[in-house]
Amino acid sequence: MIELTINGQKRRVDAESDTPLLWVLRDDLGMMGTKYGCGVAQCGACSVLVDGSVMRSCVTPVEAVAGRKVTTVEAMEKDPVGAKVVEAWVKHQVPQCGYCQSGQVMAATSLLKQNAKPSDADVEAAMVNLCRCGTYNAIKAAVRDVAGLEKKA
Amino acid sequence: MNLPFQTPVNDPVNVSRRGFIAGAGAGALVLGFGVPMGAARAQGAAKVVPGTRVPAFLAIRPDNTILFQSPFAEGGQGVWTAMAQIVGEELDADPAGFTVENAPPGPDYQVVFGQMRITGGSFSVRSSYATMRKLGATARAMLVQAAAQKMSVPAGELTTEPGRVIHKASGKAMTYGELAPAALDMPAPANVALKDPKDFRWIGKRQARLDVRAKSTGKAQFSIDMKVDGMLHAAVQHAPRLGQTVGKIRNEAEVKAMKGVHSVHVLPGAVAVVAERFWHARRAVEATQVDWAEAVGETYRPMPADFSTEAFAQYLANYQGKEEVAETAGDMAAGFAGAASTVSATYHSQFVNHAQLEPPSALARYNADGTLDMWFPNQAPEMFLVEVAKASGLAADKINIHSPLLGGFFGRHFIYPHGTPWPQALELAKRVGRPVKLIWTREEEFLRDPLRPMAAVRFRGALDAKGMPIAIEAISVTEGPTEGIADKRAAKLDDAALEGLTGKKYALPAKRIAQVFVKSPTTLAYWRSVGNSMNDFFYETFLDEMADKGGQDPYALRLKLLEGNARLTNLIKAAVDLSGGWKAGPFTAPDGSKRARGIAMASPFGTETAAIAEVSIADGQIKVHDVWQAVDPGSIVNPAIIEAQVNSAVALGLSEVLIEEAAYKDGLRVARNFDGYPILTPDRMPRVHVRIVESGAPMGGIGEPGLPAVPPAVANAVSRLVGKRLRKMPLAGFA
Ligand code: FES
Ligand code: FES
Repeated sequence: MIELTINGQKRRVDAESDTPLLWVLRDDLGMMGTKYGCGVAQCGACSVLVDGSVMRSCVTPVEAVAGRKVTTVEAMEKDPVGAKVVEAWVKHQVPQCGYCQSGQVMAATSLLKQNAKPSDADVEAAMVNLCRCGTYNAIKAAVRDVAGLEKKA
Repeated sequence: MNLPFQTPVNDPVNVSRRGFIAGAGAGALVLGFGVPMGAARAQGAAKVVPGTRVPAFLAIRPDNTILFQSPFAEGGQGVWTAMAQIVGEELDADPAGFTVENAPPGPDYQVVFGQMRITGGSFSVRSSYATMRKLGATARAMLVQAAAQKMSVPAGELTTEPGRVIHKASGKAMTYGELAPAALDMPAPANVALKDPKDFRWIGKRQARLDVRAKSTGKAQFSIDMKVDGMLHAAVQHAPRLGQTVGKIRNEAEVKAMKGVHSVHVLPGAVAVVAERFWHARRAVEATQVDWAEAVGETYRPMPADFSTEAFAQYLANYQGKEEVAETAGDMAAGFAGAASTVSATYHSQFVNHAQLEPPSALARYNADGTLDMWFPNQAPEMFLVEVAKASGLAADKINIHSPLLGGFFGRHFIYPHGTPWPQALELAKRVGRPVKLIWTREEEFLRDPLRPMAAVRFRGALDAKGMPIAIEAISVTEGPTEGIADKRAAKLDDAALEGLTGKKYALPAKRIAQVFVKSPTTLAYWRSVGNSMNDFFYETFLDEMADKGGQDPYALRLKLLEGNARLTNLIKAAVDLSGGWKAGPFTAPDGSKRARGIAMASPFGTETAAIAEVSIADGQIKVHDVWQAVDPGSIVNPAIIEAQVNSAVALGLSEVLIEEAAYKDGLRVARNFDGYPILTPDRMPRVHVRIVESGAPMGGIGEPGLPAVPPAVANAVSRLVGKRLRKMPLAGFA
């Protein structure tokens, strides 16, 4: 049994210590917001926050987050920064298929939690998740909006 | 957005089950969602005119929200919102109050030209626009009739405003929600008047998408997220080469003993592990050591052990075979005989993966009552129903196909032999007697994803003394996706093989476009914009090559070749205007970088497009700074969605022309994940500027048309910048 704190709640899961957090979230805890895209830290669809920093849960063994705070997309609307990000995503009509967007929202939230006023370079350095639908410009506009960088996209 | 699992099986309002069709008993009218469609199919199939029976599509709830059953799958292209706009316009109901779901299989939903149901070919809106407007207008008329009865006033005295029927004289009003139960008992009027487009309130406007919030909060559910009680998980390991079969599993006992493993299965060309958790299944199947046996007898497109894409490209370039002419005009021999100069070159495209971000999955559940439920990503539910019936041996009316949101598709989710997991999930569910969800890992997906075809195109061009092209010949050595999927040639050429070489609108006196068929060892598929995804690259870059030969500016040449074509002249000028005026370069940008621009056009899927790209080269890599694209789909439904789709198509087109190549060596895929098969990353996304031109021509598509002009615009820009023609995707040799 491993004890985890997910979105402020203590959860106990019966998983081997090297099981990726992604599959613990999805299959043990039934939280389907965090997505599987590649399993090898390439796409970012599986991004979650661990103690406020973005991590790719497909390559994060569950034991590595025992005793740390894990935050998933399911908690974003209740998170002050996450809620702003979600509103910006809606305002800028970011998602297309939506599959990458949980991860994108998590990456943006992590950036803005650590740096409420990121520069364009910070935004570019942080927003590296893949989107096959090519929503990159909308993502950038939404993040810049929350960061107060947006005048004319 | 409502999701399949949250929809109550019995709609509490039950409006969708009410009598609606004259002469049919209520019992037959199980046309709504969540109800077995067998009865409806059996009783209604012969009579149903697709897109006409309101209850099959619309349920108006007491709170005035509207549930719409979409004939089209939503995979990011915005079609659910477009449907709500079109139906809502004529129904006089705010599209924002719509909840949209993917309709189950059924005859009502064959609305693509009234004949079939697919989400593809950029057909959705343009093929069903009139039908969907009429559907909305019919529903409105029924609501008005119901109100006339309830209010005891003549229907002619009633008007509507969004969501309500109004009797101005008395000030009475009733909401659609209040009227819906009675309205559904009204006979559908034979003729309804449609709105004058100048009165449109929602069509043509920037309506917010209905699915954006759910997709920004992790609530949107895709096939991969589906779960049912008692479900087991499965993972597979495919034979490295298609056609191989399982000879022997060397360590079956060990695999069976691994944690969480329920059972190990030999499937055609694959081994599967079923487990309590996906991770267990995956880990165990990857630990499975298999001796693969070579294919015996006739199998579907077996992969040869020595296949390499590099060698295949050379083979295609040199192969001499029968030239089957798809399009011809003028006197080619005279054109070349009288030419002041000629130019010839061979161009290449590559295999590419769909690489939709959601890996394929399928969930199969056999039910105690002999029925079967299946959930999997698909672009054509009825076609898959036929396939599932064949594979399961069940009658179609015992099968429920659920079609969740698509995590991207781009052509990935049609019927592709050996290219989708549902047959494996079906077989496993049958064997283990429990529901099974199978996910293909990214590695298995890239191994079995059928590919966009590869081609070598041999061009010849003739120019007159003024440097004007007078004849063009394109011989494409390739296999089309349709003939590839069928694994059989049809009597007629496969249009999808040459579209984009054919159908060009330039006025050249003589042309000859032909295919030399060479079967591809890989499996093939439709890929966003299909033949146009490579053929416009070929044609438009060779056109620039002819422009160079004739000493012509590529924009000026195109204008000359479009003389008399007002629509395309206007369109290419719109693209140039959007880009701030034509300048081919090379020129030095304010940041000191040396840049150039390229231009290209395409006529895909009923829409016309013109794109300009500005590029530079930095650190040995092509940087695309801006893409300007003018699109003319005739008329439009939602400009915001069009802009988003053009952005999306630009990204995919750039990924194709700059980066992607599904390579094989020794019969094996060289790369099976995004580390070895990179796709466009955010830092390589250019600014995208879109201008929508509404010429009033018949409505064209939107999901795919933004792609084909992009690769040639970029290639033309890079060729100009480096001063040599680049003739192969992905672009190489520019540094
Ligand atoms: S699934 Fe974790 S990075 Fe792709
Ligand atoms: S929205 Fe489809 S992958 Fe990003």
